[in-house]
Order: sequence, then structure tokens, then C-alpha cells
Amino acid sequence: MTETTLSATDSTPSAGFTPPTRFAVPGRISVNNLTAATWQRATLTDVRRETPHAATFRFAVPDWEGHLPGQHLMLRLRAEDGYVAQRHYSIASPPDDTGHIELTLDHVDGGEVSGWFHTVAKPGDEVEVRGPLSGFFAWPGDRPALLVGAGSGVVPLMSMVRHHRARGLSLPLRLLVSARSPEELIYASEYGAETTPVFTRTAPEGVPVGRVSAAHVAALLADRPEGGWEAYVCGSNGFAEHASRLLVDAGQPVDRIRIERFG
Amino acid sequence: MNVTRGFTGRPRVRNDGLPPGQYDAGDDWPVLSAEVTPDLAPEEWTFTVDGLVAEPRTWTWDEAHALPPSAYEGDIHCVTSWSKFGVRFGGVSLDAFLDTVRPAPEATHVVAFSHTGYTANLPLADLTGGRAWIVWEYGDGPLPAEHGGPARLIVPHLYFWKSVKWIAGLRFLDHDEPGFWEQNGYHHRGNPWEEQRYSGD
Ligand SMILES: Cc1cc2nc3c(=O)[nH]c(=O)nc-3n(C[C@H](O)[C@H](O)[C@H](O)COP(=O)(O)OP(=O)(O)OC[C@H]3O[C@@H](n4cnc5c(N)ncnc54)[C@H](O)[C@@H]3O)c2cc1C
Repeated sequence: MTETTLSATDSTPSAGFTPPTRFAVPGRISVNNLTAATWQRATLTDVRRETPHAATFRFAVPDWEGHLPGQHLMLRLRAEDGYVAQRHYSIASPPDDTGHIELTLDHVDGGEVSGWFHTVAKPGDEVEVRGPLSGFFAWPGDRPALLVGAGSGVVPLMSMVRHHRARGLSLPLRLLVSARSPEELIYASEYGAETTPVFTRTAPEGVPVGRVSAAHVAALLADRPEGGWEAYVCGSNGFAEHASRLLVDAGQPVDRIRIERFG
Repeated sequence: MNVTRGFTGRPRVRNDGLPPGQYDAGDDWPVLSAEVTPDLAPEEWTFTVDGLVAEPRTWTWDEAHALPPSAYEGDIHCVTSWSKFGVRFGGVSLDAFLDTVRPAPEATHVVAFSHTGYTANLPLADLTGGRAWIVWEYGDGPLPAEHGGPARLIVPHLYFWKSVKWIAGLRFLDHDEPGFWEQNGYHHRGNPWEEQRYSGD
């Protein structure tokens, strides 16, 4: 399904002008312009609490044409008076969940859209989505992947982990995930040997408290697979700046770091 | 489109400066670059205009600063739905650079590119006549690196992905060539007032 709508490529989608710089970062796939432009109805079928501040919302989207792990969509809500709110959300589910997609939303204090989801939404409700969007922060499952996320930044990375599992892929995949505490760790029960959790405020007995550090990154980069890692960093801008710096300082090439900043 | 059950949005005042589908981000200024923020010192920064122009040229930081200063004061709009009101960017009008290089008559489009390798396409008509700037100041201070410092392009009448951060140059072409986000499904022009977000809008 994914392969029919999105063609995975190894290089820049068009052979056009490539700027002469060492930072150049090619896209991963080309996006279907029609699905990017079409609003579709999504019916909420299930809500799963993940942490005190985050929940996963499962939708039936019958005409969803598939996505690649890492892509996001645009979601909109409309009020009685015609007011429209739209926000981007990463897709948490893997591509093979045909006809369904899952999003995981943090409850942002005073947030208009996440507030509606966390306090009003219930199964049966309808919203609109368009996508998938962006062929840049996407992982077709073709290269060893080093994933670094914090808070809800783990959402698109989890889609990659789930894809890796669902397809039984053997190429290396590692996840470094930062959360305030074990209670705040989204998808805690799903992680396996590929994952290193890092806790910034409180940690279980015997686990140190602290931020993602040079030591964490060095350990992962020391374990270099053939061809090197493709790194995916996702989270708040502050976290993305911190983590991408660590990767660069540890020797990860800048043109093999892809960043999704949640604003 | 159907009304979303129980959704009211937060209380809002009518704001004619807000394009459709946008919200006022207030004091926030989200950062949405896809690449690592480059460590680019002003002394290393250059700005090149080439392609279909009479006199291709590269400016250094000091040479660009010797051009007549010009500022943009107004609003900016990002495709991720936030808008920001009453911002000030200081730098030089793009017209000052174009007066020197003189675009060829057959030039219709431009690819703006950054020191990171990012690209965005623009019709030439969107860059001339006091509608685009190369800027190095935000408010009263230098433009922060994560927002494109030491210098970025700004084309405030289009969605902000066109306002290339860490601007390295412009290449003039006789055809339209999609840039980074345009290849990723975004609209070729990106006019916020017509809500040209994605290809096909
Ligand atoms: C590519 C991408 C992917 C993303 N993926 C995810 C994801 O997977 N999961 C996720 O949880 N988030 C994700 N985000 C973030 C998401 O898009 C929203 O920004 C987030 O959910 C907050 O939206 P909101 O409507 O709830 O809050 P908003 O209403 O936008 O408010 C944000 C903040 O501003 C304050 N605020 C703004 N205006 C006002 C006002 N007028 N009055 C009072 N307070 C105000 C709010 O109190 C709040 O703190 C993603 C963002 C991007 C760009």
C-alpha cells in the first residue's frame, strides 16, 4: 500500500538545482500532491491514555492512502461560528494499519486543539485531516536509523519502531527517548532492547537523572552500522537544538540528521 | 465542512490582519527548520546572485552592510498556522542587490538557497518592488541563529517557508523549479491570503 502511493528514493526527488554546500539535506520520498491537498473525514474510534498528559487517539480514515513512518498530517476542527483551528500532528501508527491512523497528543495547557481532544472528544466524533505531508522526516525502512526524541517528539519515531517490528526488519534501529519521569514516558510498555530511556526529573531506583548527554550519543555512534546511521531528532525546538548539537559534535554528518521541531 | 461537536475555540477578538486558518502566536516565535542550525559566523556569510543576470556577484557581510539600510515592519505568517504581528526586521531591500546584478529579461523565477542546502522557489515578481529583504536584525538585536542568523531572506507577503534562513544566494532561472518544501507537497507560491498551503490548494 505505501509503495503504491509514495515512491521511496535514495536521493533528491528532482535533479534540479542543488546548492553548493556541505549541509545539503535531500528529501527521502516524494509526496503525493493530491492526498496532501485533500481533506478527509476521520472518525474517532478509540482513546487510549498513555500518560497523565498524553493520550492516543485512533481514527478510522477509510480513504487513507498510506504513509511512511515519520510523516505528519494537518488536522482541523471547526466551531459553530465558522472559526477553524488547524494544527500539525505526527502519525504514531505504522503504515500497515490499513484504514486507520493513530495520533498521540500532549495536553498543552490552554491549548485550543489538544484541549478539545483531551476534554471533549469521544469515540464517534469526526474531525478532518489531510496528508500525509513531508517526505523529509520519513523513514522507508531502508537505512539503519538512530532515533532521538523527547516528550511527544517520540510520536513519529514510534511509528518507525512499530514499522520495524511489524515488518520484521533486520536493519539496525536505536531509540533514545527523553521524558521527565517514568510516568511521563509515552509508550513505556512498548519499548524493547532498541530503546534507551533518559529521565530528566525523576528516575527509577538506580537510574541516574539527567538530560540526553554526549555520553548517550557517543555510545550509540560507537556502535556504527555499515553505511552509518540516518539520524532522526524530534521534540521541542530546545530539545532539537540540544540533541542535534550533540550528534554533530559526536561526528554524525549534518547531512544525515533530520529534524522535526514541534514549534 | 462539518462543525466539530463541542469545539468553540478560545475566546477571540476579530482580527482583520489574520489570514484564513491562521492564529495569533503572540510573543511566541516557533522554530521549524528541518536541518541542524548552522554555526555560521558573519565573517563567513556570503550572499551570491547568479544565473540569468547581467552581472553575477557575491557580497560579503561588510559589503552587504554598505548598501542603504531598509527595514520591514509588519506581520509574518507560517504555514503551520501561526502568525506573528508587528515584527521588525532590519537589513537591506533585495532591490538594492538586484540593481547591481540586473536580472536578464528572460528571468522569470528564482531559487533562493541557504548555506545549509535548503531551497525555495519564488516568482521574480514576488521579490521586487520593495517586497523582499535580506535581514540581519530582529527587533533591536542581531537575528538569532535559530531564526536564520546571521542573515535570512524575508518575503513577508508569502508563507514563511519562502523566507529562506541562513540565505546564501539567489539563482535566476527562466522556469519554475520547486524547492525543498515544494518537493515535499507544499504549494509553489504560498500566498497566505489565498491559503495556498499545499500543492493543489
Ligand atoms: C510537524 C509537527 C508535528 C507535530 N506533532 C505533534 C504530535 O505528534 N503530538 C503533539 O502533541 N503535538 C504535535 N505538534 C504540536 C501541535 O501541532 C500543536 O502545536 C499542539 O498540539 C498545541 O496546539 P493547541 O491547539 O493545543 O495549542 P494552542 O492553542 O496552539 O496553544 C499553544 C500554547 O500557546 C498558548 N496560547 C496561544 N494563544 C493563546 C491565547 N490567545 N490565549 C491563551 N493562551 C494562548 C496556550 O496556552 C498554549 O500554551 C506537532 C507540530 C508540528 C509542527
